[in-house]
Amino acid sequence: MSDKDKSAKKTAAPAKAAAKRTAAEVAAPEVTAPAETATAQATARLTVRKTYKLYIGGAFPRSESGRSYEVASADGAFLANAALASRKDARDAVVKARSAFSGWSGATAYLRGQILYRVAEMLEGRREQFVAEVRSVEGVTEAAAAAQVDAAIDRWVWYAGWTDKIGQIRSAANPVSGPFWNVSSPEPSGVVALFAPERPSLLGVVSVLAPAIAVGNTAVLVAPDSAALPAISLAEVLATSDLPGGVVNILTGRAAELGKPLADHLDVDGLDLAGIADADFAVELERAAAENLKRVLRPAAAPADWTGHPGTTRLTAFLETKTVWHPIGA
Amino acid sequence: MGIFEYAPAPESRAVVDIKPSYDLFIGGEFVPATGGVFKSVNPATEEVLAEIGLASDADVDRAVAAARTAYERVWSRMPGAERGKYLFRIARIIQERARELAVLESIDNGKPIRETRDVDVPLVAAHFFHYAGWADKLEYAGYGPNPRPLGVAAQVIPWNFPLLMLAWKIAPALACGNTVVLKPAETTPLTALLFAEICRQAELPAGVVNIVTGAGETGARLVAHPGVDKVAFTGSTAVGRSIARAVAGTDKKLTLELGGKAANIVFDDAPIDQAVEGIVDSIFFNQGQVCCAGSRLLVQESIQDELLDALRRRMGTLRLGDPLDKNTDVGAINSAEQLARITELTAAGEAEGAERWSPACELPAQGFWFAPTIFTNVSATHRIAREEIFGPVLSVLTFRTPDEAIAKANNTPYGLSAGVWTEKGSRILSMAKRLRAGVVWANTFNKFDPASPFGGYKESGYGREGGLQGLEAYLDV
Repeated sequence: MSDKDKSAKKTAAPAKAAAKRTAAEVAAPEVTAPAETATAQATARLTVRKTYKLYIGGAFPRSESGRSYEVASADGAFLANAALASRKDARDAVVKARSAFSGWSGATAYLRGQILYRVAEMLEGRREQFVAEVRSVEGVTEAAAAAQVDAAIDRWVWYAGWTDKIGQIRSAANPVSGPFWNVSSPEPSGVVALFAPERPSLLGVVSVLAPAIAVGNTAVLVAPDSAALPAISLAEVLATSDLPGGVVNILTGRAAELGKPLADHLDVDGLDLAGIADADFAVELERAAAENLKRVLRPAAAPADWTGHPGTTRLTAFLETKTVWHPIGA
Repeated sequence: MGIFEYAPAPESRAVVDIKPSYDLFIGGEFVPATGGVFKSVNPATEEVLAEIGLASDADVDRAVAAARTAYERVWSRMPGAERGKYLFRIARIIQERARELAVLESIDNGKPIRETRDVDVPLVAAHFFHYAGWADKLEYAGYGPNPRPLGVAAQVIPWNFPLLMLAWKIAPALACGNTVVLKPAETTPLTALLFAEICRQAELPAGVVNIVTGAGETGARLVAHPGVDKVAFTGSTAVGRSIARAVAGTDKKLTLELGGKAANIVFDDAPIDQAVEGIVDSIFFNQGQVCCAGSRLLVQESIQDELLDALRRRMGTLRLGDPLDKNTDVGAINSAEQLARITELTAAGEAEGAERWSPACELPAQGFWFAPTIFTNVSATHRIAREEIFGPVLSVLTFRTPDEAIAKANNTPYGLSAGVWTEKGSRILSMAKRLRAGVVWANTFNKFDPASPFGGYKESGYGREGGLQGLEAYLDV
């Protein structure tokens, strides 16, 4: 959807909004009022809608720019006014991610695994909410939405179990030809900027985010357009799962606007371009990332199959290898 | 001659036969370059050694095409065990011709024969020997059950370890089933061209290794060539950046080994004499023209005077001069251009207020030379504390606590290597964990081994060379 389409929709939205169901109403279908008559309207309970804000440093601020954008359902109905993150929000998120890096990367792998598993527990508890949200933004059947949410939860569990194993499978005691103890082990790259695909909205966000933080990086994730809704609900899960503030920061809005400031940012160490569909723009961002030699995951040439087995590519994309030498002697 | 002076002990040049001119090595043949010629100079004497073919764009195209043909018809189809046997052969020939390679490297590069003979060339042979054994064991490397090569690798290497960097690039590439086009540095092409002869002696299939000589434009043409699948570069961060931009948006896999500004941290409980030897190795090995050189000495304040006195005494015994003299510790700077950069940065060090010291040291009249130098009273903002000098110049800073040492050590966009000197084991481990660098030497420095992965964090590049980890750069994983 182009920006022009969106602004056109925004103008037309208020008129349609009253007749359409919001995301919160979709999430709680049993209380949705049919609103067929004025009487019914007068007596029915009005749904309490959710305000979708950003997630930065463990808090939920609005965009510093004060801007928002309308997120519509697949059939065009008003769902929410999501915060339209600015480049200043992106910079603030990087600062928070950097502050959180030392604690998160220094935490034991066991603790990171416990926290990430806790996230999966919280996701499971909110399963119905995510199914409804995915259904409303993607316009898919309930079965398809449920399958996506289940896959996302299971993927999160898969990555939670990796935290204390990636170090072993990527480590080595190196048999050097001399009296030296020599060991290589992986360490996280640092702060990574992740561009999630818009579809699948929840599974896409989980697939780029979970591996990056499982290995100890801290992240600034851009959830584009309508993926904002499940992404911010995921942020609510993260905020209540003992994950330290700043480890994950979620910006909603336009990859086209946030891409360059994050690719240019000298305190960002890695860039996942999974969600950048425009090939020319992806090249522009990869070139910008060269300024401080960011590690870059290029977008897939063909549309990625996010439901397939993820393998370890995303776990190792933002990992460094450190090798330590020490003489052996009496 | 005083009683503790050394008589000259020159290694014979007779073992090498430098030809007046050299061609390119493409498709198993030496073919004349069509882009003209340039000269390779002995940096210790400024004597012109040979005229070297300058590869044109068309020559680069031909080399890439030869590599592609060899990849498709021969090398990617050959069983790993057979590929491995070629690499074992190459390793053996390098051992057989080790003295010749060492002398030629010293003449072309300016580094002491003691280093080329005892470090560079033995490591080159070891590297080929190590990766030879990997060629038929790739499915056990942890990159999946059927690891595949990438195709044609474009490899651009620097002048500081010409043959060693060639080995780091070519050995893993060939072991994994790729073919290569390698461009040696403009000032040090001779050992790469001798390596081409070694490939012929080994009867390596034509086109598996191609060597194109030239300058920066030749390298730029090579890495941007649409016919290559993999780019590997060792050199400056500035050129690394431009290569990363050039391959953006392609399917080319990229690994980069770039600059460094390593901290070498000495705590008050370190054994002073060992630490001094380590500092000398860290910054004066190869005239300090080492990307992982320990160019920032961080010394704990309480032992600064004692350590620096011992270091100055030790520096007074370093012998600078003829690279072919077996007693020489410090050889020539590789080029006039590099000498100018070192001179400019050290002048900036003095201008910014740091205190400069070198031992009494007579420099030869001909050639490119720079005396071992230390700067004290250096602050973190000085250019000599931030920029890679790539010369025998040490900047000394102090610290009081481990936290301060870590903060200062990590306060750089680079992250290639670091050193720690202390007798306390738990402190070594905590420092090693907190240093953001790809290689940490504890109570040692500048050690290398084919089984030990090497490479940097941050702006020192990405990817690893050496060991199991070094295979990943050349496999489709």
